[in-house]
Amino acid sequence: MTAPLVVFAVGNPSRGDDAIGPVICGRLAKWLENEKLTDRVELIEDFQLNVEHALDLQGRELALFIDAGENTPAPFIFEQIFPSTAPSHTTHALPPQAVLQVYRQMEGTEPPPSFVLCVRGEGFELGAEMTPTALGGVEAAMELVERLFRKPTLADWSA
Amino acid sequence: MHQVRLHIVEFRGFEKFIQGRPYWEVPVMVQRLCGICPVSHHLAASKALDVIVGAKKLTPAAEKLRRLMHYGQMLQSHALHFFHLCSPDLLFGFDSDVTKRNIVGVAAAHPEIARRGVLLRKFGQEVIRVTAGKRVHGTGAVPGGMNKSLTIAERDELLKDIYHIVAWSRDAVHLIQKVHIQDPGLYNSFGIFRSNFMSIVGHNGDLDFYHGTLRARDDNGKLIFDGVDYQQYDKYIEEEVRPWSYMKFPFFKSLGKEHGWYKVGPLARVQNCDQISTPFAEHERKEFVDYAGGTPMHAPLAYHWTRMIEMLHAAEVIKDLLHDDDLLSDDLMVEGERKMEGVGVIEAPRGTLFHHYRVDENDLITMANLIVSTTNNNQAMNEAVRHVARRYLNGREVTEGLLNHIEVAIRAFDPCLSCATHALGKMPLAVELVDPEGNIVHSLSRS
Repeated sequence: MTAPLVVFAVGNPSRGDDAIGPVICGRLAKWLENEKLTDRVELIEDFQLNVEHALDLQGRELALFIDAGENTPAPFIFEQIFPSTAPSHTTHALPPQAVLQVYRQMEGTEPPPSFVLCVRGEGFELGAEMTPTALGGVEAAMELVERLFRKPTLADWSA
Repeated sequence: MHQVRLHIVEFRGFEKFIQGRPYWEVPVMVQRLCGICPVSHHLAASKALDVIVGAKKLTPAAEKLRRLMHYGQMLQSHALHFFHLCSPDLLFGFDSDVTKRNIVGVAAAHPEIARRGVLLRKFGQEVIRVTAGKRVHGTGAVPGGMNKSLTIAERDELLKDIYHIVAWSRDAVHLIQKVHIQDPGLYNSFGIFRSNFMSIVGHNGDLDFYHGTLRARDDNGKLIFDGVDYQQYDKYIEEEVRPWSYMKFPFFKSLGKEHGWYKVGPLARVQNCDQISTPFAEHERKEFVDYAGGTPMHAPLAYHWTRMIEMLHAAEVIKDLLHDDDLLSDDLMVEGERKMEGVGVIEAPRGTLFHHYRVDENDLITMANLIVSTTNNNQAMNEAVRHVARRYLNGREVTEGLLNHIEVAIRAFDPCLSCATHALGKMPLAVELVDPEGNIVHSLSRS
């Protein structure tokens, strides 16, 4: 059975602060297990978002995209997002808003209410450790994430 | 115009990232070099380490499972490129509104094409998941073989969809063939340059993405070398370092730096092989060769046509493999006399990929050399951009039109720019016009 909530955790664990998404994903997995909520939430970790992730939105009540950001506010941004046709010059990756738009076009219906949690990163070199800024951002983000999944409703997430 | 340089800034640190690690970690960790083609690195590393653990010949089950994984990756990567990256250019035109030239624009105007693209990609990802064990960070291939086979349920799940996948892949070939043939003035000449080309070829000269020997031809199709064991690749290929780029410039030693550069990838592979072993793809290869008139086609936009022929071949091979009970066997590992050095080569979606390692007596990697597909195409991409700039640069400013055309030329090669991180806000494309003194005259960027 499809879990009503889906989390997309995006990033490369070996590229410094790009590991923010996977690290939060790992910690969230443990927390969900302790809280006996694993049936309610599907965690999807990937290097980047792409077209097929639109299919993972099918049958969900809420979706959360977690990613690192560069030059984004610290420690993080948490906001609702909507389908968008934001241009992309090439890229093998899509922003979360474009994934929602692909869903809308493919399914002919609106995607589930979706939110992005973008934690600020500062270094993205191959083989680099996470920076103190990112580690602090992860701690702050985890507090939010736990709060979100204690009350996973659109009203609570939008408040 | 004196010079055009394409800077891809993220190709650095690969070797340092690998050196000092135990060799058995390498097939997993190299997947983190690139989020787009992790399977290519996983398999190329595994092949190199097969040599080190003395696995001269894998079991039939292991070889077929790896092949299935790899062809799944080819299918999903080529589908993504065609339906996501290049179909917007092809369906809307190079000068169309940049806000439409993406998969979202395609989905709006051609929903069935977009839907197929997503489902083809998804199918390839499923093939990878069941063979590698996970959607990302898979551990399927290990030095000496594989660590899992397919269950009957996994195989049957893939079998349910494979006939659609083959049919859709045929349609995709016909779509790009039609687009190409309808506008030969553009498709046969845009960004064109002549060059040598190289790939591995399989048994009897077949198109083969997983294993074979190295073959290179000159721009007229004449053989430069053939049947070369890739363990000896460094006797035939040298890498030039240039001060302005992190990416090296490989060339054939026998021809030297100036004349020895080459292209790799679908356009090279489809014209380098003698035949394709699957019937639908072989039919399409012959159509392509006939269209080219019996001499090699060098037009960069022909990459798209050949890429779809390869996607069709990958779909047909997957279909055949799914009917082979060896995929269910648990006879997965071999070993032999330990070696200190090994080279693994595969044809990744973007072209030939080399992994070369030396290991010490403590099993630690002491030397790693990778020539990734995009590096093999480095000079070729520079040439394509140079030709586009000659045609479309007015000498004073970088226009949106020029930026569009440069993008189209680069996209034809499907370079693995995504070895970079994908953090939100990164990956801009910037074009700078520089005067003879090095001053920036004009620039334009797109993020």
